[in-house]
Amino acid sequence: MTITERILAKAAGKDSVRPGDNVWVKVDVLLTHDICGPGTIGVFQQEFGKTAKVWDSDKVVIVPDHYIFTKDEKAHRNIDILRAFVKEQGIRNYYDPGTPHYKGVCHVALPQEGHVRPGEVIFGTDSHTCTHGALGAFATGIGNTDAAFVMGTGRLLIRVPETIRFTIDGKLPAWVMAKDVILRIIGDIGVDGANYCAMEFCGSAISSMDVEERMTICNMAIEAGAKNGIIAPDEKAMDYVKARTKKTISPVYGDEDAAVKMERTYKADTLEACVAEPHLPSNYAPARERSNVKLDRAYIGSCTGGKITDFVAAASILFGRKVSIDTFLAPATASVAAELKTRKIKGKTLVEIFESAGCRQIAPPSCAACLGGPVDTYGRTSGKEVVISTTNRNFIGRMGSKDAPIFLASPLTTAASAIAGHIADPKEFIR
Amino acid sequence: MKQHKTIISGKVYVVGDNIDTDQIIPAQYLNLVPTIPAEYVQLGSYAMAGLPDGYPPFVKKGETGSEYLVIVAGRNFGCGSSREHAPVALGAAGIRAVVAESYSRIFYRNAIATGELYPCESLERLCDDFVTGDLVEVDVESGIVTRKKSGKSVKLRPLGPVIPVISAGGLFEYARREGMI
Repeated sequence: MTITERILAKAAGKDSVRPGDNVWVKVDVLLTHDICGPGTIGVFQQEFGKTAKVWDSDKVVIVPDHYIFTKDEKAHRNIDILRAFVKEQGIRNYYDPGTPHYKGVCHVALPQEGHVRPGEVIFGTDSHTCTHGALGAFATGIGNTDAAFVMGTGRLLIRVPETIRFTIDGKLPAWVMAKDVILRIIGDIGVDGANYCAMEFCGSAISSMDVEERMTICNMAIEAGAKNGIIAPDEKAMDYVKARTKKTISPVYGDEDAAVKMERTYKADTLEACVAEPHLPSNYAPARERSNVKLDRAYIGSCTGGKITDFVAAASILFGRKVSIDTFLAPATASVAAELKTRKIKGKTLVEIFESAGCRQIAPPSCAACLGGPVDTYGRTSGKEVVISTTNRNFIGRMGSKDAPIFLASPLTTAASAIAGHIADPKEFIR
Repeated sequence: MKQHKTIISGKVYVVGDNIDTDQIIPAQYLNLVPTIPAEYVQLGSYAMAGLPDGYPPFVKKGETGSEYLVIVAGRNFGCGSSREHAPVALGAAGIRAVVAESYSRIFYRNAIATGELYPCESLERLCDDFVTGDLVEVDVESGIVTRKKSGKSVKLRPLGPVIPVISAGGLFEYARREGMI
């Protein structure tokens, strides 16, 4: 069995499973946030009763992150719904806005807070739940109704996916990041190229990546239509997890000779800094071939590109240089925001580097404009702004305005482009 | 609207490939909660509001529902975000079935779980052939779409065990009917 099949077999209490099997799995973590939580709670209470209790309050994690810093009344009302629910259910894993417990972007907070453990089954009411496969878990996005079912029963009926294996061997050039790797893969297979499949990533270039870079890769598996993304947990992953949880960890591994649907191999040293052009994440183009594209805005943030690793990369390019376009910075979580003030490059903190470069005031941690949001959201497009962004989707209107085209890119490419005022290959900016 | 009929007669609305959930229901409307009845209706009024200019209006200005009962689409319908608001908005607007070449898995699953619409799959590409406003009859059980004008029929992939779940009104209603919960 592959690692995905073995995790699902274990969760279903079976000796083995095969792709195509429909199995009932026990759930280890159910994640929700402020825009799907209220709807999930609504279905849960409708179907199981107003006084029903969740199957295991320790396994429910609620991380408000989408519409936080807004005047929108319904957004505030939705937080109140969450507050009332966690109180009545005794859910401790709740990170309330406006308090020191607030974290921010759920897919960065979940592993940070020790809720992601290898070998476990994680469902989240958010498509980027696939991020957590980076630590060797089976993690996938579901809707409110399925989530309400999990809330009441702790189980879900799912189909075992086939696996597509991507091997990336060798050493990535210094100006090429995980984002470039996943954009290249999606470009090669298309936005439905991995439909219903598990995307498994391996190879020496993957092993060399730190955990946050691995998260960036698994995060965008959904953009190829995948059910989940996954990387076998090695020592790096285990160290990361052990430092954040006291719970028992039981990692699961696949068999080397397990059958897979398809395999693709990449030589890391041939990969380039790239963009995904409007309006699909699969519209791959090398950055060096798009220097004619003038930009109005750069955006660095989200679960895909707003982690500390992403800001360090951007700062390494922006150090001692100035941006020539509006540059928005949205750290994913409170701890990322805090680290911006303490992490240094050549004696300057990241905040100082961004300020000297002329970037906009840094936003408080949240999803912010990755998905547009309410009209008063930081970084939300409102006109024809041409944007380069470290986020995950560039569909029409994704960041607010239908007329604002979005180019997806790595933090290095985004920073280089912010300086140049047009799409630029960070190869020319690396020191 | 959670509906039970498996024979659907009405007008089609035609879209292309990769219609993502941001187009089906833009993010700014996600502050609406689908289980609050007044907000369910509102979601319907915003269905397909994210489509680029050039598409005919899916919901007429000032109305809460659509005149169309069936959507005909290309590949990868419902891709992108997992928001259940997407099939909900379409169902709330009055859509009873989508006939697409293929679906993204989360949208497909959500359509079944909510019972809002039948996610039918065509065996060939129909979106280049059908025109918005065409009158059709979709027979979900038999797996056939008939165009009223020409009388021509097109086969669909059999939906099979999905049909009773949707005709019951969704996952929970079906589970109760079957004595599972």
